[in-house]
Amino acid sequence: MKNEWPLWEVFIRGQHGMSHRHVGSLHAPDAEMAIKNARDVYTRRNEGVSIWVVEARHIAASSPSDKGPLYEPSESKVYRHPTFFDIPEEVGAM
Amino acid sequence: MYAQMIKTAGTGVKSPEEMTEEERRFQARVDANEKIEPKDWMPEDYRKTLIRQIGQHAHSEIVGQLPEGNWITRAPTLERKAILLAKVQDEAGHGLYLYCAAETLGVSRDELTEQLLSGKMKYSSIFNYPTLTWADMGAVGWLVDGAAIMNQVPLQRTSFGPYSRAMIRICKEESFHQRQGYDIMMKMAQGTPAQKKMAQDALNRFWYPSLMMFGPSDKDSVHSAQSMAWKIKMNTNDELRQKFVDQTVPQAEYLGLTVPDEHLKWNEERGHYDFSEPDWSEFYDVLKGNGPCNTDRLNARREAWEEGQWVRDAMLAHARKKAAAKVAAE
Ligand SMILES: [Fe+2]
Ligand SMILES: [Fe+2]
Repeated sequence: MKNEWPLWEVFIRGQHGMSHRHVGSLHAPDAEMAIKNARDVYTRRNEGVSIWVVEARHIAASSPSDKGPLYEPSESKVYRHPTFFDIPEEVGAM
Repeated sequence: MYAQMIKTAGTGVKSPEEMTEEERRFQARVDANEKIEPKDWMPEDYRKTLIRQIGQHAHSEIVGQLPEGNWITRAPTLERKAILLAKVQDEAGHGLYLYCAAETLGVSRDELTEQLLSGKMKYSSIFNYPTLTWADMGAVGWLVDGAAIMNQVPLQRTSFGPYSRAMIRICKEESFHQRQGYDIMMKMAQGTPAQKKMAQDALNRFWYPSLMMFGPSDKDSVHSAQSMAWKIKMNTNDELRQKFVDQTVPQAEYLGLTVPDEHLKWNEERGHYDFSEPDWSEFYDVLKGNGPCNTDRLNARREAWEEGQWVRDAMLAHARKKAAAKVAAE
């Protein structure tokens, strides 16, 4: 149990210029093997053209209990969305 | 199913009055189809039950490689061999997605493996049956993966985020599995009389064990009711079994094969097929370890684990040495 390989989080960038996206995790002894394993586990059907791996213990995450303080302030700021403004039709596309 | 007879922790569904404030909030989120994520608060029984269920599902994917791995070196053509190899490799991937999902609940991979090897955790009963002929590769893909799909498709909507995401990935890959199996069955059923006989024989042997995959009727079980309230079980075992039979019978007819059930009959009134129950005493016997291949399967897993020990240790030692050298150089 003491000798379990560390856990890595895997991020893959797909074909169409999108950013890397988290796809899952896996165990590997080091980064090099993590990339090799990620290739076998997460790209068997052309899912990606680039792989990032990061050891899970290096990821800092926000806490679920901070949901209110973190995200509620943006709820009242409706003017941040373009649909808040009525632009007359005559003006054309905007 | 791949997860059978999962013992739901707890004493059954609580009424809102019996719940604590936290439990009520949790149940409201589940009812609203919000996903529960690993760091969110969850009832201890929910966590425990999910570890059992996802763990057993993962073990089934891994042990499930063995009956098909049995035929990789003996596939009839190079193309069939490549296809079977890809299918079995997918199952390894399914096992890994699921182990990772279970690990987010606070159990380690090694603990899960050790519980499989000690017999404390189970895998699906279906993988304790032998694969005797090439036609069995067809029957396994068609029926066993077909039955798994029945259960996995609704589980994509399960309440636990990591489990749901694993199911979505798995479902994307499963229909290849079922189709390659059916393709083998078509080839055999349309082949020589001897080949057709092999196809029929494979159907005969895998029909009831496939029905057993869904587990015995649980329509009156308080434990299943709890799992369903938590949305970690989406349908009763009988519902899924009926759906499987309704879908599979016409596929057998297309092949010109006979489902080995003299009571199988379309019931106009119900809009479903009536069919015979499998022999549940056989099912319990297989779960207890007395199926035709239980010992072989567990021995194969133990051997892989024990004989791989030095490789795992060596790779870790190498990684640590390299990391230390890098620190020293900096
Ligand atoms: Fe699978
Ligand atoms: Fe499969």
